[in-house]
Amino acid sequence: MKHKTFLWFMLPSGFAMLLFIALPIMSVLVQSLYIEHEKVLIEVENCVPLGGCTKETVVDTEAAARLKAEQPLGQFNGFGTYTNRNHLATAEIAGFWRSTNSWAEFGKQVYGLPFYKALAFTLTYTFLVTPMVIILGFCIALAVNALPRMFKGLAIFFSLLPMMVTPLVGSLILYWMIDSRGVLGQTLQVIMADPDLSLRASPVLTWIMLMVYGTWSSAPFAFVVFYAGLQTVPEDTLESAMIDGASRWERVRYVVIPYLMPLVTFIALIQLMDNFRVFEPIVGFSAEASATSLSWIIYNDLRGEFQLFGSAAATSMLTILGVAVLLTPVLIRTWRDFKGAKS
Amino acid sequence: MSEALATRRSLPLRALLMGFLFLWLIAAAFPFFWTLWGSFKVQSDFFSIQDWRNALWGTRTVIETGGAFTGAGYEGAWIQEGFGRAVFNTLIVTVCVTAISLTFGTLGGYALSRSSYNYTFWILMVALVFRAMPHITLVSGYLLPFFELNIWGYLSTSIVVLVAINQPFTIWMLRSFFMNIPKDLDESAMVDGCTRFQAFRYVIIPVMWPGVITTGLFSFLLAYNDFAVTAMLLSKENQTMIPKIASFLGSTQQEGNVMFAVAAVVSATAPLFVLVLFFQRQIVSGLTAGAVKG
Repeated sequence: MKHKTFLWFMLPSGFAMLLFIALPIMSVLVQSLYIEHEKVLIEVENCVPLGGCTKETVVDTEAAARLKAEQPLGQFNGFGTYTNRNHLATAEIAGFWRSTNSWAEFGKQVYGLPFYKALAFTLTYTFLVTPMVIILGFCIALAVNALPRMFKGLAIFFSLLPMMVTPLVGSLILYWMIDSRGVLGQTLQVIMADPDLSLRASPVLTWIMLMVYGTWSSAPFAFVVFYAGLQTVPEDTLESAMIDGASRWERVRYVVIPYLMPLVTFIALIQLMDNFRVFEPIVGFSAEASATSLSWIIYNDLRGEFQLFGSAAATSMLTILGVAVLLTPVLIRTWRDFKGAKS
Repeated sequence: MSEALATRRSLPLRALLMGFLFLWLIAAAFPFFWTLWGSFKVQSDFFSIQDWRNALWGTRTVIETGGAFTGAGYEGAWIQEGFGRAVFNTLIVTVCVTAISLTFGTLGGYALSRSSYNYTFWILMVALVFRAMPHITLVSGYLLPFFELNIWGYLSTSIVVLVAINQPFTIWMLRSFFMNIPKDLDESAMVDGCTRFQAFRYVIIPVMWPGVITTGLFSFLLAYNDFAVTAMLLSKENQTMIPKIASFLGSTQQEGNVMFAVAAVVSATAPLFVLVLFFQRQIVSGLTAGAVKG
């Protein structure tokens, strides 16, 4: 295709992405260097007849509004927002490093900082849910594949549901069931013989609950991809492996799994990207007391009456950096494949 | 046709697989049916302090309303809280996003599938990185400029943003569909004197619909399921369904309000059920389009 024709075809899509994805990233970068104006305080004297006068310090909203209109971004702060307590907290960490004696103690102190707390959950979630999704999806695919043909459609229909449903809605549905007054919550109380058991009260249980939700909602994706892959596994290879004396398990292990390996890479890539931005489940499960994610702290900065644009932007930049690190191996590999395919 | 020898399974293995599948299907489907059932009960049944079985028989529902089922949750959500407005907004947003995404996406996807220069690769890689961007990070970039330009809160702003966020995925998917349409088809049209655009218009468009419908389904789902963008970029009266449900949760203190949210959740899930029911094959083929063909 000629360059010029290509340009015309690509223009609408490219323009949309440039304007609403590339430019906002720039805007985030700029915003992260600024911080909200300090409050303008003035002293007012309140005089009541016969009561005397009292002096009071109040916020000058008029001056604040004027400042905001002049400089909507706020005041320049450089990388100050990045290093403050709510983000990388460099000074605090250095302090902990000096004052603590053991790694465990140091880790505990660092976990108390909001950014590192969110990072810990996000990474744990990403790197635990992704393999669990792959394993569960593979098992479901094997099981559905063994079904008689007439039941397959129905099984696929029900298996798809957890993935198709809106993340916020799906997590709410599970949250209501797992509530200590809901059906699953009460069943768990009976099983564990602990009438006060509440999944929300314990941070560990909250983490587990969120990861179970993550696996539940993403396993169908892995299942569908593996199921489609299983339809194309060459029958001949399986049969010859059997003639050579491979047991059923060995056939799965040495023929099916290697054959599906490229699919594993694909699912892992998509899942890493999706799990890294975990956000809706935390809102749905109201789990913010024990588990926060990077996306959630950005959301938290942006809602409410006083929106902290600078703080949200700094966290966003750090998150984007995280995405870049996560994707680098994939990009390098694809580049090599591309080079190889060309030469 | 008799089953191939290599795929025949022993009885215990079969039992194990079926048992596992049975458990999975319950885990996958039961929550939806339970919530659908519970949405017709009162709060003290669905969240029963005494006994979870109350939700099955509707003990308190009978006492409070006189019948075993009540539509109070739906009435509260749809009439009292104006959920219908949110449904209407969702309809506008999803239809517009799907239509615009597909128009932009087919053009871009077609171009990417027919060009083999280096920059094609780079565009695809950049799109992949954009696809990985958490939506809320982009939202934090939108808010301040949108406030300044005075375009915050409108449905049209959200539509444009969702279209853009959708693009990376759409062009990747449509590209893989166009790759499957033989190049000879449009090239022979061009030999016959068509321009590139005419070849696209008269040769490619008539045969591209299966791929476009599948991609359209996923664009629709992205717009329908979005929370990060719509929750932050829409004003209260322009809210779509999902942020509306989230706003129900804020006022859970009042008795009965939780049931509004339950009813709204069921209302929002129902269209997705129908969608999966009718388009199951397209969804499955769409999910595997990128994977199986590399």
